[in-house]
Amino acid sequence: MADMQTRATLVAPFYRHTTRLLAALCQPHRLVLAALFVAGVIAAVVGMNWRWLPRYLPLLIQGLEMTLIMLVASVVVGFLFALPLALAQAGGAALLRWPAHAFCTLVRGTPLLLQMWLLYYGLGAVFAQYPEIRQSWLWDYLRQAWPYGFVALTISFAAYQGEIMRGALAGVPRGELEAAASFGMSSRQIFRRVWFPRALHRALPALSGEIILQLKSTPLVATISVMDLYAVITRVRQATFLTYEPLLLMVAVYLCLSGILIVALRWLERRVPTGS
Amino acid sequence: MTTVFDFSLLAYNPPGWGRVLLVGFMRSLQLAAGGYCLGIVIGVLGAIGKLYGGRLVRDLMEIYTLVIRAVPELVLMLLFYYVGTDLARQGAQALGYQGFDIDGLAAGILVIGLVQGGYATEVLRGAIQAIPRGQIEAAQAFGMSPRQVHRRVTLPAMVPHALPGMANLWMIATKDTALLAVIGFSELTQVTRQAAGATQAYLLFFLSAGALYLSLTLVSNFILRRVERRARRGLVAAR
Repeated sequence: MADMQTRATLVAPFYRHTTRLLAALCQPHRLVLAALFVAGVIAAVVGMNWRWLPRYLPLLIQGLEMTLIMLVASVVVGFLFALPLALAQAGGAALLRWPAHAFCTLVRGTPLLLQMWLLYYGLGAVFAQYPEIRQSWLWDYLRQAWPYGFVALTISFAAYQGEIMRGALAGVPRGELEAAASFGMSSRQIFRRVWFPRALHRALPALSGEIILQLKSTPLVATISVMDLYAVITRVRQATFLTYEPLLLMVAVYLCLSGILIVALRWLERRVPTGS
Repeated sequence: MTTVFDFSLLAYNPPGWGRVLLVGFMRSLQLAAGGYCLGIVIGVLGAIGKLYGGRLVRDLMEIYTLVIRAVPELVLMLLFYYVGTDLARQGAQALGYQGFDIDGLAAGILVIGLVQGGYATEVLRGAIQAIPRGQIEAAQAFGMSPRQVHRRVTLPAMVPHALPGMANLWMIATKDTALLAVIGFSELTQVTRQAAGATQAYLLFFLSAGALYLSLTLVSNFILRRVERRARRGLVAAR
């Protein structure tokens, strides 16, 4: 292995990654594992029943889109809410600090599924009681399921991410903030130019982990009848009476999604210059 | 109907649903505790396999933890539930038992434990790696066999390093039991939904279930923090 690495460093940098990957793959037991994997895939494709796939493909793609929209929207909006939550806890007055802390504890201390059902069934029933709401333009949205799923996912992401950002904001060395202050920056400028970028940089690995966790939370929206990938697969299973084929497809799709996300986030992390 | 809560619905005796909720809560606790313990067993074996196992064992463990961490828990639970019950049924039929039925609690614990095991493997592996090498070398220098080194030095010395991660995993285990409601296990979230559906008092029941979960989290947090502090006694480098 050490020999491989020294040889790899001699090769031009462009080929280094591929040679290392090949070297890692070319161990005998890994070749056997890879062969077993390929054989398994072939056996699954040949031996299992995939005739339903063409018919449900458009629906599956719609479901995948819904999953991705839920993920991206809840991460972006959740992050916007996480910032004030973190700020209130890291540097706010006591009056702001404890409601923010209580909110984070509340959300992180109860299951997301329960929160989603509380919003959808509980609040949904309350909204339906008021004719003022039923007659307003809002009702067009409140009648559907996806706003509740989106809100639940967003709240959850904001609470978990708020906790991470709180730690990151508190972890920025005081000297850097004092240096910024001695340059005559206003507190807003300090936040925008020093405090926030430094904290974001520290929080980046945890943030990408949290985004992966968020992807893994999205199928919960299927339980309140949002047609995401999980819901589509459930429908396929009910319509075709197949147990394993749709499940295996779903596992494969989620594995690919996670893989792509991990690679993309790692690439993003590497692009941010490390200060220290 | 107004939004004012009718608390008599939470009464312990039958017109109220208090008893049903508490039974569901106990069931959730059993599932979480059982799954967590199974997860620790898998985690210890997995961590040892990852650190000291042969190449094949190491790669298989890597695949296991990768899949567990990359696929949604809900999907994993569904998969484990069907595969597990199918295998158990076929095994029972092969052994000659007819009409074999899997105990719901055991199936739930298995499902939670398999998911927890993937994360526990990573936590415990990190904790074992955090032990200063000198301690293990010292044990070897005393002439202890590898098994003795494990039992006397590695496993006890790893505990303080593993506790924060394992405490976090317990919190995840308690909340993951709620996902079993989707598969149809009658734990707290599922019975709450039934009670809410039967009485139409959705907000009241979901809020009470939330309070139960939250109290469990807060009590666990309090206890675990004390345990952690006690385990870290005398440890020089606090993180």
